[in-house]
Amino acid sequence: MPPSWNILDFEKPISELDEQIAEIKRLTAESGEDRSQDIATLESDRDRLIEHIFSNLSAWDKTLLARHPKRPYTLDYVRTIFDDYTELHGDRLFADDPAMVGGIATLDDRQVVFVGQQKGRDIKERGYRNFGSAKPEGYRKALRLMKQAEKFHRPVICFVDTPAADVNVGAEQRGISGAIARNMMEMTGLKTPIVVVVIGEGGSGGAIGIALGDRVLMLEHSIYAVIPPEGFAAIVWKDAARGKDGAEAMKVTSEGGRELGLIDEVIEEPLGGAHRNMELAARNLKVVLTRHLDELAQLSIPELLDMRYAKFRDMGAYEEKSVAVDSVITDCV
Amino acid sequence: MTPAPWFGRKAKAARKTARQSVDALPDGLWTKCPKCGEILFNKELQKNLRVCSKCGYHYILGARERIASIVDDGAFEEMDANLVTVNILGFEEYDDKLAKWRQRTGMDEAIVTGIGEIDGRTVVIGVLDFHFWAGTMGGVVGERVVRAMEYAIKNDLPVIMFIASGGIRVTEGLPGLMQMAKTSAACAKLHEAGIPYIVVLTDNSLAGVLASYGSLGDFTISEPGLLTGLTADRVAKQAQVVNVPDNFRRAEFALEHGHIDRIVARKELKSTLIKLLEFCRNREEDEEDAA
Ligand SMILES: [Zn+2]
Repeated sequence: MPPSWNILDFEKPISELDEQIAEIKRLTAESGEDRSQDIATLESDRDRLIEHIFSNLSAWDKTLLARHPKRPYTLDYVRTIFDDYTELHGDRLFADDPAMVGGIATLDDRQVVFVGQQKGRDIKERGYRNFGSAKPEGYRKALRLMKQAEKFHRPVICFVDTPAADVNVGAEQRGISGAIARNMMEMTGLKTPIVVVVIGEGGSGGAIGIALGDRVLMLEHSIYAVIPPEGFAAIVWKDAARGKDGAEAMKVTSEGGRELGLIDEVIEEPLGGAHRNMELAARNLKVVLTRHLDELAQLSIPELLDMRYAKFRDMGAYEEKSVAVDSVITDCV
Repeated sequence: MTPAPWFGRKAKAARKTARQSVDALPDGLWTKCPKCGEILFNKELQKNLRVCSKCGYHYILGARERIASIVDDGAFEEMDANLVTVNILGFEEYDDKLAKWRQRTGMDEAIVTGIGEIDGRTVVIGVLDFHFWAGTMGGVVGERVVRAMEYAIKNDLPVIMFIASGGIRVTEGLPGLMQMAKTSAACAKLHEAGIPYIVVLTDNSLAGVLASYGSLGDFTISEPGLLTGLTADRVAKQAQVVNVPDNFRRAEFALEHGHIDRIVARKELKSTLIKLLEFCRNREEDEEDAA
């Protein structure tokens, strides 16, 4: 594979400066020459360049960032954020789904239950993780773990990163639609706090099957959409190549989600995206996550459930015409 | 998951069928069955609840026709007709599309909800109409479904939801997707309150509507032959490696794999609903009857 396969087009000028800096560092390490001034200048040039590029990103650029091959995945954050993580497997019905991971974890002095979709880094792992597309057994495993959280009074943390749910023959045979629906219904009444973070791709029903929470957060360069932008373009304009326009129209970005009033907070990513500084990205995420868990811990369970219901109850657009009641209720048959 | 009804040959055929049943039928004398090719006289077809007398093909019914076929002598009062569609994304083509579907169907949205009587029993009913924008769920559909369920809880009435949908209306974006969460949350309330909830799958029962309130009934019955699944594609992506069953994503596939209780032909539908409603009568009613 060429070295540039995992560099996006708009990242190329940044990567060129990165390479120059690395080259100077390598040379000075060999020669002992002091060029720290040059390096500092180049680094500050590079950062200004990143700021410039990232202040002009389109919704499509953000889509590419959310799918970036170097973007940190669920287990990358899990390893960094949690002091301890014990993965638990299987739905007790059919199988263990590697596209949906979960288990018990320690976040500072707090015990939590964690679930999330997991993508694969290389070709082999991508196949193993089914590109982060979970099957019914994945959604059922997630629900099983969430029920465990309820029983043992532990909050639930869900990381969303999936292009879509699996829709192949096996998934349909085992009831993928019913599994997603049941998760949303059960999460509505789950007697413990739930915090959802979209860390990469929030792909449609595949995402929302683990995304009904008291708080729904998005990483800055993640996306959340009813359908991939290419799919939107294929449906609306009969032209899948217009994904760029689709991303724009659907407002798939974290700002879009905020603007639509569906996302509680956007978590800032390091300059140039989470993949440029995984540690910092994880630290930011941890701070925000902890704050929301602290806030939710103040609420009684009935308060929590009422708020959770009201939150999703109020989503969606419609207008209410004020018409006399008599004329609203009409015999239509 | 939502690219449901707009892709592929099947979708095209379904759209054509939908249009035929709306436009062609009232004026023409006869109709050709899209499945077996039989020439059917419209009057006969109408009498037969739009089921082909030769092969049993179930034509897609509009919401109003469906309601008429289920309730007692037009005993139906519409609810929440004052909810109006909003172009939430400010998407330039949305309003034109909305106008087109309204004009084509005479409906204001893809669902009619209300209170009806079935065999003398009062029931909350919601009926999606596949002819209107492929029965896609956006803000108005979600709100009508939830209000219908909340009304049922408040008044202790059973709920019957007829599914006929390609999924979420993608031009409503993320707020559209959230209707899955919203309606599923309402189902949680419904079950918590002990309200009987019957889902009837009709052609097409797909994607985000199937994967939310369409999968959460106490009972799920389905008309025969219909298309149902998380997407509409009947050719699986893994066709090369896996044998795709002939009935893939059909009602019969759903029955075989345990996702629905029964397949019920249209002419048996009302009597089946009456049986289920009778079973669901709550104890209080029984006590009243005994007294
Ligand atoms: Zn026929």
